[in-house]
Amino acid sequence: MRIPCPYCGSRDSREFVYRGDAAPVRPASDLASDNADAMFDYLYLRDNPAGQFEDLWYHAQGCRNWLRVTRDTITHDIAGAVLARSGRAA
Amino acid sequence: MRYSILQLARQALGRHRGWGPAWRDASPRDGYDIVIVGGGGHGLAAAYYLAKVHGITNVALVERGWIGGGNAGRNTTIIRSNYALPGNEPFYEWSMKLWEGLEQDLNYNAMVSQRGVLNLFHSDPQRDAYARRGNAMRLHGVDCDLLDADAVRKMAPFLDFDNARFPIQGGLLQARGGTARHDAVNWGYARAASALGVDIIQNCEVTGFVRDNAGAVTGVETSRGTIRAGKVGLAVAGMTSHVAAKAGLRLPIESHVLQAFVSEGLKPLIPGVITFGAGHFYISQSDKGGLVFGGDIDGYNSYAQRGNLPVVEDVCEGGMALMPMIGRVRMLRSWGGVMDMSMDGSPIIDRTPIDGLYLNAGWCYGGFKATPASGWCFAHLLANDAPHETATAYRLDRFRTGHMIDEKGAGAQANLH
Repeated sequence: MRIPCPYCGSRDSREFVYRGDAAPVRPASDLASDNADAMFDYLYLRDNPAGQFEDLWYHAQGCRNWLRVTRDTITHDIAGAVLARSGRAA
Repeated sequence: MRYSILQLARQALGRHRGWGPAWRDASPRDGYDIVIVGGGGHGLAAAYYLAKVHGITNVALVERGWIGGGNAGRNTTIIRSNYALPGNEPFYEWSMKLWEGLEQDLNYNAMVSQRGVLNLFHSDPQRDAYARRGNAMRLHGVDCDLLDADAVRKMAPFLDFDNARFPIQGGLLQARGGTARHDAVNWGYARAASALGVDIIQNCEVTGFVRDNAGAVTGVETSRGTIRAGKVGLAVAGMTSHVAAKAGLRLPIESHVLQAFVSEGLKPLIPGVITFGAGHFYISQSDKGGLVFGGDIDGYNSYAQRGNLPVVEDVCEGGMALMPMIGRVRMLRSWGGVMDMSMDGSPIIDRTPIDGLYLNAGWCYGGFKATPASGWCFAHLLANDAPHETATAYRLDRFRTGHMIDEKGAGAQANLH
């Protein structure tokens, strides 16, 4: 696979470290709120779709940016990648 | 038709024109007591044990493709029970015992070969860890031996013992481990289940679930019509999230692709199964002569039954570090299978929060060796609504309650291993 890094251009996937599904958002972890269910959901449950999927890759051997990559889990086709800090894709 | 030497002789006299199909290719009826989704080894074994052990023969097994087309035919055929934890070891040992009697039970040659599984260690701490695992196995009544380097050298003189980075100091041997012919296991279970009355329905994809007013599952919608069912069991590892989502379930599972490889055929070379302790590489030799080997999952979520080249290179590097003699052997084929990677690396055999729907999933890399016990325990669960005594730890809710089975500290991603 080649990943179109917005900063470095198209690069081999082995330059990247995989982080996984981009969808889970860590719930607030203040001690006051009882968020065990939200934490369980965040840590363990996954949509794991067959098809379009957004995942996080870290360009460790490149620009060291975190990327949000849109990828098809059935074909491995990559539709695009944006910097993760640019916010969630729609 | 019972297979035997007399039958073979009789068929030989008839020029082998009398052999019938091994199992009936059934069409779906309106309803069954139990419908099992997924015609891999685990589903077939569950159907067989439902009929044989529990006397429930009004059972259908629906398979999207054909029998043996999924992970059942995409693994590296290793059987073993060298686990350490109380939640795992009794289950895998039960599986090992079922393997030992499988061919007589099924009247089918599954080529179960107990040629030994040897896990090598390369450092003092690793030896201690393997000694601990061996002791845990023995406490569970499973035999194993901790070998020193000389004993390993007698078994496998071709290994790179004096490798500068990873010298081989010894290994943990489970002599009862070995390999089995993966396709034959599935064909054997299919044939035996079909003979007991189970309908094996191929080319029948589940597209949804029939639910009653209370939300309970009372059947499956398939590409070949609606099939009513008293209970539905999912044994669709690899596609579990995809199928379970049709019932509205989200699961602690990610799908990843795992590659395996086979070389050209060689004369007998490798005595049993050998695993590299300093990388992820394992190898055995099939009866046909090909070296069968594999390593890590590719590491990213995937439903594609093929992987990418970086892992091919990584696996081959592991092989070269372990046994440089294979450097000139040509790789013949590689293939990929889709793994249910559960979040603690251990399987799930449990009821789901939905009445009437039962789950067998999350087998990670290790589903093949578990095939008989997985089927046995899933059949027990479907028949009795209670887990089998060897599978009580494989609960779906263990992630919520904190009762993870931390065999290797491994989760869904290779970089966490």
